[in-house]
Parts: sequence; C-alpha cells; structure tokens
Amino acid sequence: MSNIPVELKYAKTHEWARTNDDGSVTVGISDTAQDQLGDMVFIEVPEVGATVTAEEACAVVESVKAASDVYAPVGGKIVEVNEGLADSPETVNNDAYGEGWIFRIEPSDAGELGALMDADGYTGFLAAEDH
Amino acid sequence: MLIFEQSHVGRRALAQAPMQEADISDIPADMLRTDVPGLPSTSELQVVRHFTRLSQKNFSIDTQFYPLGSCTMKYNPRACNTLAMLPGFLARHPLAPESMGQGFLACMYDLQEILKEVTGMQAVTMTPMAGAQGEFTGVAMIRAYHDANGDSERTEILVPDAAHGTNPATAVMCGYKVREIPTDAQGDVDLEALKQAVGPQTAGIMLTNPSTLGVFERRIEEIAALIHEAGGLLYYDGANLNAILGKVRPGDMGFDVIHMNLHKTFSTPHGGGGPGAGPVGVSKRLEPFMPLPIVGYDGDQYYWITEAVRPQSIGRLSAFMGNAGVLMRAYIYARMLGREGMHRVADYATLNANYLMARLTAAGFDVAFPGRRATHEFIVTLKRQQKELGITAMDFAKRLLDYNFHAPTTYFPLLVPECLLIEPTETETREELDAFVEAMIRIQQEAENSPELLKEAPHTRPVRRLDEVRAAKQLDLAWSGAAE
Repeated sequence: MSNIPVELKYAKTHEWARTNDDGSVTVGISDTAQDQLGDMVFIEVPEVGATVTAEEACAVVESVKAASDVYAPVGGKIVEVNEGLADSPETVNNDAYGEGWIFRIEPSDAGELGALMDADGYTGFLAAEDH
Repeated sequence: MLIFEQSHVGRRALAQAPMQEADISDIPADMLRTDVPGLPSTSELQVVRHFTRLSQKNFSIDTQFYPLGSCTMKYNPRACNTLAMLPGFLARHPLAPESMGQGFLACMYDLQEILKEVTGMQAVTMTPMAGAQGEFTGVAMIRAYHDANGDSERTEILVPDAAHGTNPATAVMCGYKVREIPTDAQGDVDLEALKQAVGPQTAGIMLTNPSTLGVFERRIEEIAALIHEAGGLLYYDGANLNAILGKVRPGDMGFDVIHMNLHKTFSTPHGGGGPGAGPVGVSKRLEPFMPLPIVGYDGDQYYWITEAVRPQSIGRLSAFMGNAGVLMRAYIYARMLGREGMHRVADYATLNANYLMARLTAAGFDVAFPGRRATHEFIVTLKRQQKELGITAMDFAKRLLDYNFHAPTTYFPLLVPECLLIEPTETETREELDAFVEAMIRIQQEAENSPELLKEAPHTRPVRRLDEVRAAKQLDLAWSGAAE
C-alpha cells in the first residue's frame, strides 16, 4: 500500500500540499505518483517570485518513462524552490514527502486548500482510479 | 570499438581519395585551415567492416518486425530509393532556374495535388522538414490567422491528454497556453469537459484522429462544430494517417490545418533522426499564411510561388523546399500505390492490427479498450502482470528483443498503465504476426515460471539492460581523443 501521510492534503493530479507555520504551502508529488513515474531524471522547478493560479502547470517531473506537469494545488506566489533537485532528482523517488519537496507557495487564498482531498479521500481516489 | 580507436598514423584508403586536388587559389589565406582535421586513418576494409558490424547491431525494419506504435515503421520499397536517385533528380541544383528543373517541379506539384486529394485540404506546403516543424507551421498559421483578424484575445490551445507530447510543446512554442482535455472511459475526447473549456479565449484544438489510444474519435463532427462556433480552428496531427489513408479525409472531418509525416505514412526513410518531411495542408482561410516556397503551375510551366504573391506568409522554414530527396520518395511511393493502393494501405494496416489484437486477447492479454475496434494500432496493458507477477511492460519489451522482435512503444500513451502500443503496419505477413503472438505467449509463460529471464533481459544483444537514469543524465556522445 502506498505511503499517504495523514497530515497532508492531496490533489487529483497527485500533488501533496503541506501548510507550514508561516501559512506558506510546500508542494511535492505523492509516493504513488513517483512510484508510477519511475526513476526521475530531471525536475524543472518554477521561478521564485512567479505568480501561479490553482491547477496551473508550474513544474515538470521527468522520469525514464515520461515527463509530467506538476500543478499548483493552490494559487499564489512561489517563494522558494528546491534547488537540490537539479543535481539529485532521485530525491523525489527516495523521499517524496520530505527532501523531495518541489516548491513552496504563499497562497493568495488559503481557502483553496479546502478543495483538496485529505488522506482518506486520496486513498479512496487511488482505489477508484485503480478499478 | 570506435573507428577512431582503429586509427593508425599514415594508413589511408587511396582508392577512395579524390582524383584531383581542388583549386583553392580563390579562398583567402586567413580562411584556410592550417591543421589536419581530426579524422581516423584507416584502410578501406576497416571502414567496410566497421560500418557493416555497426549496422548488424541495429534493429531495423529491413531485418526485424518493428511494431513501434504511433511510429508506423513500415517497409520502404526499394523502388522509391532507386528512382529518387536517378541522376536528373540527384544532381539537380536547388538554385537552378525553374526552366532547368521542370521535371522535378512537376513531380513536386503532383505530390502537392496528391496530398491535397488524400487529405481533403485546399492547399499543401511541403517546406516543413519533419513532423514537429509541420506542427509548428500549423499552429503558427492559426496564430497568423487570428492576428490578421485582429483577434488577439485568443490565448489558449486545447490539447487532449492522449496527445503526442509534441502537441503541447508546439502550442507553447507559438506563444499559447495549453489547456488539457480529458479522455472518457471509451477512449473518446470527453465532450462535456470540452464544452466547459471552449470559449472566446480558444485559438484552436490539436487532435490526432485516430487518437494515440488506437481508436477513431467518433464525435469529431460535434467537436469541429463546437470549436468553429467559438471561433477557434482545428489542427490535425497526421501521426496516425496510415489508418485512414484514402478512406476518411481530415478536410471532410472539419479540420483547418493538418500535418503529414511522409516518413511514416508515405514510406520514406524513418528513424535515426531523419531526414523527415512534414508537409502541411490547409483549408481556404489559412492559405494566404502558408510558408514558402510552394510549387505553382500555369498550365504550361511549373514555377516557385514566393513572397511576392503571398505577402501574408508566415515565412520560410527550410533553405529551399524541405528535404527534396524524401519528398521524391514519397511521390514515387504514392504513384506506385495509386488511388486503389492507398485504400489497401488503410485496409491492411487496420486488418493487421485487429488480427493481432484478437489473437493476443485470445491468448489472455488485456487490451486497453476491449470494446473498441482497433485502428492501425492498439494498446495491451500489463497492469495485471505487474500486480500479480511484478513484471512490467519494460520487462516484456526487453525480453521481446531476445525473441528478435523490436519492442512496441512502451509507457505511451501516459493514460494507460504498463502499456504496450502495438502497430504492425500493412507490410507484415500473417506468419510474422503469428510469430509475434507466439513470442508474447512464451514470454507470459516465462513471466510466470522464470521471471528472472524477463527482469534481466535482453540476454542476446550487444548491450544488456541499460541504466536508463545514467543514460539520460550522463551523455557520452563525442569522441574526445582526436586531438593527439
């Protein structure tokens, strides 16, 4: 069974979102997503300072199988990106919820987080997708 | 071993050297090189052996069944090569006056007419050098059309999620935002989602029909009406034209612009990075924007249509008019087939795919859309094998190499997990298709009884299983030892 931490929120496009103490939101891709994509070879991160809207493609994860867009789970301003992924994209495979985070957003409307799924919701979503 | 590593100082192949020294007296001294180029010094026999051995390491359509889905790896008839290399075509200088190239221009004009007829479009330009450039041409013309109408609010191109990766890339290259449209459970474009997405911001939609899921988009007329009502245009990706050649015409489906991959459908050299040819056909409203040159005919003479009479053209995309040699091969192929032959291409491409799909289904494999008739290709999903046996599509693909078959396309389209996209083409015999099915059945048995055979495959090739991460990240492509 996939690793789905209960404290995170999830998007249908397989991103996870963690709300930090300062209100910013850290984003990565779920363990299921990294598992399906396979070994990562390149992660394209957004530009710090860029403004994105919810569900806008703003990063790319490229594995030996495919290149996939990563969508912003909430709208806002990109305040930090994981520079380390440039040299070690495999971090996304090894630690999807920790060191493998991709970018951090300062949400313009934290209410948008409400549209995401909780861990139970995401578990059910994966089961339905796997029919 | 690289040919550079076989080099020995002073060794030469004199029989291959030029008979005369070139006259360089009119080249300024400062433009002449002073050192010897870093080329290997080898004998003629070394060169022959080296390249013959290299060619033997290669999988190719001339040696093996090559069911690479979405790529249409079919046989290139030798006659196309032979005739395209007639001295009159081969030695033609691209800057020769029109009056001295009437034969070549006549062939190119005929090819334009044939492609118009087979696609149902108003006009054809053959200057794009390959499919991706054809796509760029098409979307650049959509942009030029909206700009010419003062319609600058259109910022989005719609692309179904089953599309080739080049479609969204093309839209972005042309300055558009991409909006992805989902696919429904039957493999058609999700019409409700499309209705939600279409609006005054829609510049157009890029569609492949048949789609990369190996099924025909059944509601194409509804889709075309929806897009046109919103003021957008329809772009047809010709990647899968082989399935419908001479049967259904993109122009009749409502498309405004289409690119064709002559190197797929019209059986010209393919793979290894080209050279390709990506002609583009357009509807009446896009004709003024076509890239140049195009071949014209005034009833007596053939001539180049240039910017002088097409001021709205998006410009030039190649130095002359595409890859002349590839266009010639396509022309010869089309003439050899004739109208009747075009129909048979589609008939047999579809028949072969459906035969293979039926036999693999009977053998216990799961197809992605079991309720649908295959077009020229279809998808097998190995999701069950992955779950039950831990065997992936990649393991199957690698093991097929040991059975002397090129692997089908793996992990594309992205929508279907653990997929093999299989396209047999019309040029394979039933015996070859049966042999492929037998290999798949044997590999399935191995997956159940001795899975390590798959996990470690290929066993019989010059290289074993590659470390794909390293292969993608640590490119080692250039000989660096030449500067001795």
